[in-house]
Amino acid sequence: MGQITLKDITKSFDDTQVIPPLNLDIKDGEFVVFVGPSGCGKSTLLRLIAGLEDVSSGDIVIDGNDATHAAPSERGLAMVFQSYALYPHMSVRKNIAFPLKMAGLDKDKIDEKVSGAAEVLNLTDYLERRPGQLSGGQRQRVAIGRAIVREPAAFLFDEPLSNLDAALRVNMRSEIIDLHHQLKTTMVYVTHDQVEAMTMADKIVVLNAGVIEQVGSPLELYHSPKSRFVAGFIGSPKMNFIPGTANNDAAFEIGVRPEHLLVVTEGGEFRGKVASAEHLGSDTFVRVDVPGVGEVNARVNGDIDVNYGDEVGLQINGPVYRFDEDGLAI
Amino acid sequence: MARQQTISNKLVWTVLAWILGATIFFPILWTVLTSFKTEAQAISIPPVMFDFDWTFENYETVQERSNYSRHFWNSVVISVGSTLLGLLIAVPAAWAMAFVPGKRTKDVLMWMLSTKMMPAVGVMIPIYLMVQSAGLLDSKTALVIIMMLVNLPIIIWMLYTYFKEIPGDILEAARMDGASLKNEIIYVLTPMAVPGIASTMLLNVILAWNEAFWTLNLTAAKAAPLTAFIASYSSPEGLFYAKLSAASTMAIAPILIMGWFSQKQLVRGLTFGAVK
Repeated sequence: MGQITLKDITKSFDDTQVIPPLNLDIKDGEFVVFVGPSGCGKSTLLRLIAGLEDVSSGDIVIDGNDATHAAPSERGLAMVFQSYALYPHMSVRKNIAFPLKMAGLDKDKIDEKVSGAAEVLNLTDYLERRPGQLSGGQRQRVAIGRAIVREPAAFLFDEPLSNLDAALRVNMRSEIIDLHHQLKTTMVYVTHDQVEAMTMADKIVVLNAGVIEQVGSPLELYHSPKSRFVAGFIGSPKMNFIPGTANNDAAFEIGVRPEHLLVVTEGGEFRGKVASAEHLGSDTFVRVDVPGVGEVNARVNGDIDVNYGDEVGLQINGPVYRFDEDGLAI
Repeated sequence: MARQQTISNKLVWTVLAWILGATIFFPILWTVLTSFKTEAQAISIPPVMFDFDWTFENYETVQERSNYSRHFWNSVVISVGSTLLGLLIAVPAAWAMAFVPGKRTKDVLMWMLSTKMMPAVGVMIPIYLMVQSAGLLDSKTALVIIMMLVNLPIIIWMLYTYFKEIPGDILEAARMDGASLKNEIIYVLTPMAVPGIASTMLLNVILAWNEAFWTLNLTAAKAAPLTAFIASYSSPEGLFYAKLSAASTMAIAPILIMGWFSQKQLVRGLTFGAVK
């Protein structure tokens, strides 16, 4: 089981409220990602769930039990930290065994569980090493191993991949996804990287200044963002925002995703000069300087022949999102 | 040219460092040398450096006249005992201040340090009376407690700076892993802080060993440590420099040897956190 309910929780540090009243339901077995720019309160929210910070008001219910004032160790949750937070003076084996030792399991049972976890995470050959002798990816695996041996109700991940290089990050991402499929345990994952959020989540919670902007599946957020903020945050490259008047639209602002624009030689809704063309092979990212609008990005076919300075047109070939003055979708 | 300059530069600094080192060490060397002289040679003008008749006579006399081993044992009990007792209080205190600081933590730290700025003699009478009414005059118990209290601010400050260097994430991880506060301190914090705790211990043993105000004022015979042993060879005996030197040498030798063997640890501990 791993059902977490947040009821009207708030958090203030001194006089500053970082989380205004917030409600959220996390279902058993779900992979939920909290995403948002830095300082949006996503890590604080995770720490509130973990019990490492106390809520200022509201309730946290885990599996039907009120856990609002329970100590971190009583909540049945495991956490993986951005800095790995391994115990530097203990071997990998002892690191993984630590939560079991604290739970008072006997030695045979601990050995069995540690070996099991080490096998799942490919750490069997490293059990006697110290964390300092491991690579970043291995350390992260040890941190995950320490979390899984406890068989927690839910896993909490606090930007676990931020300290890894790009290639390793992609690998670890799929390892965590596989682990979720294997264990079917609730996972709550915090990241500022929308690609991680989109690729991993069942449900994404987009946070902005402590407020939930929108909750939904990755595709829901992509296809029907409720606000300009969500529209701009989800999707890569970012959505283009254009004043409504530039497109004879009554909306204050319209949004068009780069992948919903075609680069044409004749006609098109907007015309301008190519400011840059990045040929990636599979795609080409074209940045067009449109007079009166500004720069508009388009993501088009990889084989297109456009170059710096070319005069081109941009034709909308997909949905147009419309926003009012407050940034809410119309 | 530049290379030559660095070499001569180095030479100058090295010579200066040696001169400074020798100056600081000279009184100790002189004491040790004097302890092997006869009383006449010890006060002879002009003084003799090495060219005298080496004798163990002073050591023999000192050994005959007073019970060195009892004083030595008292010093060990007082310095080690007060340090251990201090650590027992300081580890949780420094933990609290380093990891769950409040609004007034800095003020508390400053306040504790400020107690070290007061001359000891200022509280001499109240403390003497308290010890007296507790019936603890001339007891090791009293000195262990007083030495602990005198050095506690330093122990807490040192531990506080070491603990500050330990990432809070690791302690939070321990909490998530189900460690109680006690287990967090025993299994995670303390092992990580061992170098810091060790150098704090060493420094405080040295401080307590050399402390000569309270040890002289609160003891008579039973609990007197080596500081009292040296003092007993000064005024009442008249000026017997050679015997006084022998007693001093015997008193400082154990701590000097300990300091020599642990100097690496001490230097590392004292500069901990200064260089990352």
